[in-house]
Amino acid sequence: MQNPAYLMTGLLIVTGLLMVAALVLALGVAPDPVNLATPTERFAQRIFYFHVPNWWVGFLAYLVAAVAGALYLVSRQERWDAVGVSSIEIGLTFNTIGLISGSLWAKPTWNTWWTWEPRLTTAAIGWLMYVGYLMLRSAIENPQRRARFAAVFSILAFLDVPVIFLAVRWWRTIHPVVIGAEGGQGIGGFALGPTIQLVFFVCLGAFTLLYVTLLWMRLRTEFLSHRVERMRQRLLFR
Amino acid sequence: MQHLCKIGAIIAKDLAAELRTREMLGAMFVFALLVIFIFNFAFELRAENQRALAPGVLWVAITFSGMLGLSRSFIREKDRGSLEGLLLAPVDRGVIFLGKMLGNALFIVIIDCIILPVFVVLFDIPAAALPQLAMIAILGTLGLSGVGTLFSAMAVHTRAREVLLPVLLFPLIVPVILSAVKLSAAVLDRLPFAEVQSWFSLLVVFDIVFGALSFLFFDYVIEE
Repeated sequence: MQNPAYLMTGLLIVTGLLMVAALVLALGVAPDPVNLATPTERFAQRIFYFHVPNWWVGFLAYLVAAVAGALYLVSRQERWDAVGVSSIEIGLTFNTIGLISGSLWAKPTWNTWWTWEPRLTTAAIGWLMYVGYLMLRSAIENPQRRARFAAVFSILAFLDVPVIFLAVRWWRTIHPVVIGAEGGQGIGGFALGPTIQLVFFVCLGAFTLLYVTLLWMRLRTEFLSHRVERMRQRLLFR
Repeated sequence: MQHLCKIGAIIAKDLAAELRTREMLGAMFVFALLVIFIFNFAFELRAENQRALAPGVLWVAITFSGMLGLSRSFIREKDRGSLEGLLLAPVDRGVIFLGKMLGNALFIVIIDCIILPVFVVLFDIPAAALPQLAMIAILGTLGLSGVGTLFSAMAVHTRAREVLLPVLLFPLIVPVILSAVKLSAAVLDRLPFAEVQSWFSLLVVFDIVFGALSFLFFDYVIEE
């Protein structure tokens, strides 16, 4: 990383442009789905272009953290711990946004802010787990121990998410599944036409790039804070 | 065989310590009873809704009192300085984990055994359901104490100590609580086993998989 500043500025600009493009496409270009009855529902449906990529980023962030946790336990390199905590902070942010944006969509479509449906329940429990992760980190002073415990917890938590989902799924589900063979099922579901698909994938790409940018910036602050910490130690014990 | 003896020795040590101090089992039992009573007041349990709420009340009582026992498990060792002794002992770390985990499970099962008859009496449940409920309680307890022992060892090394354990543990054991409640409800409603078999499998699989994972990760948690 000889010229990270240029690269970072470039990435920032590309991400920003792509996010604006995604916004324009999602609000202006994408057609209304044909099978939704009321204007409110059709309007609320547009959240799909942000809500789904948003959850994708949340999932990706937790996956990256679990992999970084495993790499830390194997290699004991500080940087993997930095990747883990950075990724989980981003994942938790997107998790929170996803819960809120989902509620905003659910009110006009399901006529309730919240329901104990599998995906919602799993998302809420996942949120609690990763808040616990941050609390665990903040309660440990020794950096090596903090990194080890955090790595163990992030792997266990990530592996637990599908089990929780499966357990809660055996209750009845009303969350629409719009991708795959069951397309358009569930209350508020709709089928994906070609334009909708195109816009959706642009949004997905924009959000993934946003994740990469955020992770990079967060990692940089993490490394800088490590450096500051080391300098302080050197000054104190000189 | 040799390992089994060592695991047995650790369990025996915990049991002996408990029998001499009596600081855990009594508190766990009274706490479990209190949870059942408090649910009675909070929900104003009457004859018609009692059956529907009973499994939930039972499992809240078991998990909450289990949490008390789990959080003491390593704090006790740490406060008396016996944790270092345990780690210095010439045994595998996995043996220590299994000994502590089975010891914790044993304590919670003892509480289960006392609380279940009380529960049956208070909620007017046919005594014939007891063996099945006990089996579900044992499976649920194993699921609880696997991850619970790992997290207890983690929590003792943090500043927050016992406060942190429930925060970390409860979200992860949601599948255990869910399937145990479902299975208990099925026993009370006399549903055929085939209808809840998937819940049973889920509980067993969770016990095995997360027990094994905790066993593997224990090494990393008590490294120093």
